[in-house]
Amino acid sequence: MTAEALPDLAGHFGRYGGRFVPEALVRALDELDAAYREAKNDPVFQDRFHGLLRDYAGTPSLLYRAERLSEALGAEILLKREDLNHTGAHKVRNVLGQALLAKRMGKPRVIAETGAGQHGVASATAAALLDLECVVYMGETDTERQALNVARMRMLGATVVPVTNGSRTLKDALNEALRDWVASVDTTHYLLGTAAGPHPFPEIVRDFVGGIGTEAREQCLTQLGRLPDAIAACVGGGSNAIGIFHAFVPDQQVRLYGFEAGGDGVETGRHAASITGGSAGVLHGARTYVLQDEDGQTVESHSISAGLDYPGVGPEHAWLHDTGRAAYEPVTDDEAMAAFQLLCRTEGIIPAIESAHALAGAARIAPRLAAELGRTPTIVVNLSGRGDKDVHTAGAYFGILDQVETIVPGENS
Amino acid sequence: MSISATFGKAKAEGRSVLVGCMPAGFPTVDDSIASMVAMAEAGCDVIEVELPYSDPVMDGPVIQKASDIALANGVRTRDTLRIIEAVAGAGATVVLMTYWNPIERYGVDAFARDLAAAGATGMITPDLIPDEAGEWIAAADRYGIDRTFLVSPSSTDDRLAMTVANCRGFVYATALMGVTGARTSVSSQAPELVARVRAVDPEMPVGVGLGVGTGAQAAEVAAFADGVIVGSALIRCVLEAPDLATGHQRLRALSAELAEGVRSGAPS
Repeated sequence: MTAEALPDLAGHFGRYGGRFVPEALVRALDELDAAYREAKNDPVFQDRFHGLLRDYAGTPSLLYRAERLSEALGAEILLKREDLNHTGAHKVRNVLGQALLAKRMGKPRVIAETGAGQHGVASATAAALLDLECVVYMGETDTERQALNVARMRMLGATVVPVTNGSRTLKDALNEALRDWVASVDTTHYLLGTAAGPHPFPEIVRDFVGGIGTEAREQCLTQLGRLPDAIAACVGGGSNAIGIFHAFVPDQQVRLYGFEAGGDGVETGRHAASITGGSAGVLHGARTYVLQDEDGQTVESHSISAGLDYPGVGPEHAWLHDTGRAAYEPVTDDEAMAAFQLLCRTEGIIPAIESAHALAGAARIAPRLAAELGRTPTIVVNLSGRGDKDVHTAGAYFGILDQVETIVPGENS
Repeated sequence: MSISATFGKAKAEGRSVLVGCMPAGFPTVDDSIASMVAMAEAGCDVIEVELPYSDPVMDGPVIQKASDIALANGVRTRDTLRIIEAVAGAGATVVLMTYWNPIERYGVDAFARDLAAAGATGMITPDLIPDEAGEWIAAADRYGIDRTFLVSPSSTDDRLAMTVANCRGFVYATALMGVTGARTSVSSQAPELVARVRAVDPEMPVGVGLGVGTGAQAAEVAAFADGVIVGSALIRCVLEAPDLATGHQRLRALSAELAEGVRSGAPS
């Protein structure tokens, strides 16, 4: 079976994906699947979706040739500027699609899980735009770390529920959202934030964010007159990566690279690299790669990037990994932060720390590809989000927050 | 005793089966064995041992908390098998309730083999639907483990028939839309769901779970179901007790009250 035709009707990508959920959710998933298939073929829905993407979210996002970064890395680097979208990341594509779908299904309420708050803010945004009630589950630890995003969601009219179970982070927020959904499925759509979870979510999310790849492919053909040698994207749950990969999967000459959060290093056990540092298992409704112990208990993930700090990954990535169509490598916190700084200084763009993992990966593969191809390689990097949300984390990492506080008049000249 | 024999015996006595649930290793391995034996002695016909899991999406706060405590105290899958062996060895009918990933990790065939060897007669899988259960169904058949899948008020007629056809021993009917946890009233959706299962297969025993916490509620459910499944209310006896001895006293008292309940409900 070709990659474009996957998943199968039951949501399987090879042995991955599927539905590992309570029976109570199956009807809702079936209804969602049916509604999505109708919407996919309904020109009215597609016009509304693409109209909002264009007029509200600001897509197609630019494909920008980063001259100074290219010089620094010894490769032609093209940045897919998803950071310029409304709400500052690729996620707006997914939430607009799913919120329209909720409307279409007549569900007045949406729920969402969020880690750092980006998907929560995006969901609250789409809910405000389309007049839906919105409840966001967020680990208590994260609500404390990301108070500004909690405030943003509330400004947009959403209710934020701090989750106090388990490790009080993203995976527990996801568990709590699933529990809510089991009890509220008649009136509620679960607006899942990444291309993971039970079928049909991995397929729906992939399709809604798939514009990243189709745009980038067209832009390459228009701007370069050819396809790139490689695509680089960061992988947590994997929505931005699958979004840019999907259109290029049939182009065998285009190498696909997914960069996972290596945290302190995969060998230390403190990381969020589910594919390169985990094993096949079942988590949050699908069979995929997960971080787990010998008994199949989920292991907590670690990454400087809250958006990649998740112990699972979308099932299509598991499949692309096993088939060898895409290559996955871990990038450590330090490598990501070096790339973060490089982009700030060479291009005047502050990236999301998530996206900095993709930049670091591009820097790593540039000399490899140059040697292999015998020429300067062209790499498209998915700059999936902007770094405003990460100023505090990055400032602390680089030790520059203190400088601001300790400047004394007369001493800074 | 097998699940079918347990349900058959209760039916002959004109009453419902009482199924009591307790997480393995809560708060420790030995304490959980003592709790389960106490429950069996005080009137639980079936002990449902729950394998603690880090991400129990079908469970409410009480079972989550008890599972977290068990995991924090280091319970392993092999301990759960040891607990089952001890409780079954004390004469109780034991079924395991488990999320799927720990089983897949252990090895599906090996787990079915070891579960049967430990003396469990059945296994309930809250996040494994028959659609994804090919390997489990084959392994359960190979080692003679009864497999219980869940049906829900939201199940379509087709899915309900398919699910019941894949069950052995009994069907677990989730009485209302929601996670586990004692509630003040029993769902009105429950009798209808049981009737739908009976319409598909009149011989298949139906256990009703989610929400039962008192003898009166047990009687209410026993009036229309073959089995009454109680979890959170029993666990709370131990969770909220000042010490384990008090916890076990409360556990015995509630088990006895529930056992009385399943005997006073008008049998269907």
